[in-house]
Amino acid sequence: MSITGTEIKLEQKYTSLFNDSKTSLDKVVSENVSSQRDKAIQLFEEKGIPNKKVEHYKYTNMVPLFEESYNVDFEHEVFKKNLSEVFNCNVHDLEATTIYLINGWYYRKNQLPETLPEGVLIGSFAEFSKSHPELFEKHYNQYAKNDEDSLVALNTAFAQDGFFIYIPKGVVIEKPIQIVNIMHSEQDLMAFPRNLVVIEENAQAKILLCEHTLSENKFLLNGVTEAYVDKNAVFDIYNIQNQHNLTTNVSSVFVKQKQHSSALTHNLTLHTGVTRNNIYIDMDDEHCESHVYGLFISDKNQHVDNFSFIDHAKPNCYSEELFKGVLDDAATAAFAGKIMVRPDAQKTNAFQRNDNLLLTENAKINTKPMLEIYADDVKCSHGATVGQLDEKAMFYLRSRGISKEESRILLMYAFAYEAVEKIRVPALREQIRDLVEHVFRGELNKCHSCALCGQESNGGYSCM
Amino acid sequence: MLEIKDLHAKIDDKEILRGINLTVKPGEVHAIMGPNGSGKSTLSSVLAGSEAFEVSEGSASFYGKNLLDMPAEDRAREGLFYSFQYPVEIPGVSMVNFMRTAVNEQRKYNNEKPYSASEFLKLMREKKKLVEIDSNLTNRSVNEGFSGGEKKKNEIFQMAMLQPKVSILDETDSGLDIDALRIVANGVNKLKNENNATIVITHYQRLLDYIVPDYVHVLYKGRIVMSAGKELAYELEEKGYDWIKKQFED
Repeated sequence: MSITGTEIKLEQKYTSLFNDSKTSLDKVVSENVSSQRDKAIQLFEEKGIPNKKVEHYKYTNMVPLFEESYNVDFEHEVFKKNLSEVFNCNVHDLEATTIYLINGWYYRKNQLPETLPEGVLIGSFAEFSKSHPELFEKHYNQYAKNDEDSLVALNTAFAQDGFFIYIPKGVVIEKPIQIVNIMHSEQDLMAFPRNLVVIEENAQAKILLCEHTLSENKFLLNGVTEAYVDKNAVFDIYNIQNQHNLTTNVSSVFVKQKQHSSALTHNLTLHTGVTRNNIYIDMDDEHCESHVYGLFISDKNQHVDNFSFIDHAKPNCYSEELFKGVLDDAATAAFAGKIMVRPDAQKTNAFQRNDNLLLTENAKINTKPMLEIYADDVKCSHGATVGQLDEKAMFYLRSRGISKEESRILLMYAFAYEAVEKIRVPALREQIRDLVEHVFRGELNKCHSCALCGQESNGGYSCM
Repeated sequence: MLEIKDLHAKIDDKEILRGINLTVKPGEVHAIMGPNGSGKSTLSSVLAGSEAFEVSEGSASFYGKNLLDMPAEDRAREGLFYSFQYPVEIPGVSMVNFMRTAVNEQRKYNNEKPYSASEFLKLMREKKKLVEIDSNLTNRSVNEGFSGGEKKKNEIFQMAMLQPKVSILDETDSGLDIDALRIVANGVNKLKNENNATIVITHYQRLLDYIVPDYVHVLYKGRIVMSAGKELAYELEEKGYDWIKKQFED
């Protein structure tokens, strides 16, 4: 099935796709998931694809990206091979429980360890929506803000599959759960992965979400992850984005927190075409703690836009936000971070920072730290910096016999270091440290997870 | 080993060095003294390869090679060491990583096999002991949060690690208390042998009580206006620089 046509209004392209595909969309999911579609597509139609006039998308016009033609895979037919034929994950060989999504669909041959604690559910969003309707009724589409962002609504309208994770009360999953989302298709493809995570009271889980592209086609991902973090629970999500230049990745995360819970999100954008990350943290109870981090490293014509909204709805919560960016060549980026301290939220501690390193004259960042405070007994700070490599430090390193290139790498790494150190899982931190160093050395293309590796780059794009 | 002839250097069209002549031979210790703004630090930065200055005239050869043609890193790999007056703090770069990269790049340049991790750590332990640097300083980021004395000790530690042929110590004594000064000077003396040379740049004669020079040069307005033995340092300490200024007023 493909969408074409230039005359019709852009939004109509998506609404008619929706109307034409409703039957196949609904086939795989529960009634609860399908029943939310109509309202969502309506919200989408009202707001339209965000262009530069939409304040939150001021520096990333989504219209041209959504104007391109893509195929869709609502029947789950595109990928029929064995995963091992196309993918060999030896870069992130982490002690982890690993599952795969292909083109947003849960890979049916995933094998889960038999030793998972009782009650833990890890698997397909679609399947669990049918087998565990009670969990979906309680949590699905409760946290995603369809009315704030039309692309989130678009995802809700088209949601079919993704991953579902449920950690019952008191259970601690020590090893990170690694989810590898691979795009692999012979035609340009668009996907709407939808994920749901429920961490019950006093439970803990860490998720590592790796996003890759394995074929050279153009991809558009518009994914949404909702996470419910109950009382005293601990939840981490690390999102590593390593995709080729023809990828547009819109990734939205919504975290709902309850009392004494601790949540961490970390968006590591190592390589993509256009990336838009939305991070919404809702601290809906007292004594919540949230950590919102990001690191983006871009070169050539890549574009990265990070948007975050941290909602201090109740008193005595703590939030810490740090985004670091390194931009080379003509890469562009944007950061907008809003911290909302509601009238009730006394004794709030909220800290936000965005630091950027521009390596060339042509690299560009627009940064906008925002604080909105309606309570009067709070401690908040926000700030942003944009700078270049320190000439004095360069000379110091070179005067010790370290080459200019190596000094540059050391200093870029030193800049990124602070964000990498925020990773709370030591083994993962090690892995990501290496990965980031590889990026700075321009060696990430040796990574097997990237389709263009070992191939001559051809017209229009290259891998790193 | 180091021969500087008629060296002129400027920054933003302002000429700071106006014809420096200096010859340094193995085993020698040279002290360069002079009032503020005479060009002492410029001379050392120019020799170390700082790109902030433009050499407009003259030459500097290091074991017969044209020093001024080399980028800063090659000068270091050839055996020139510059101890900074203000060592730079580099958060995020660990001392160990920094030194291992430096030592191994130098070895690679000289066609030697890079040190393995264990060989390197052993070398580092030895040198730390030699210069009496606190062992946990090397577990931190380069100079980050170091006190003034620690930074200078760290310079001497790096000098010990890199084993240079010529070391230029730029105001190594500034801001040091007497104990730190003694440790730094002891380090320099321990590293001294008949094959290497030291150029000590200082304001005060006190450092020269510890690092005894063979020659003392007075730099004034971008030229070496007087050279003598170590007794000149005492004379300067006693009389100040005014008599020099008067004598060489343009």
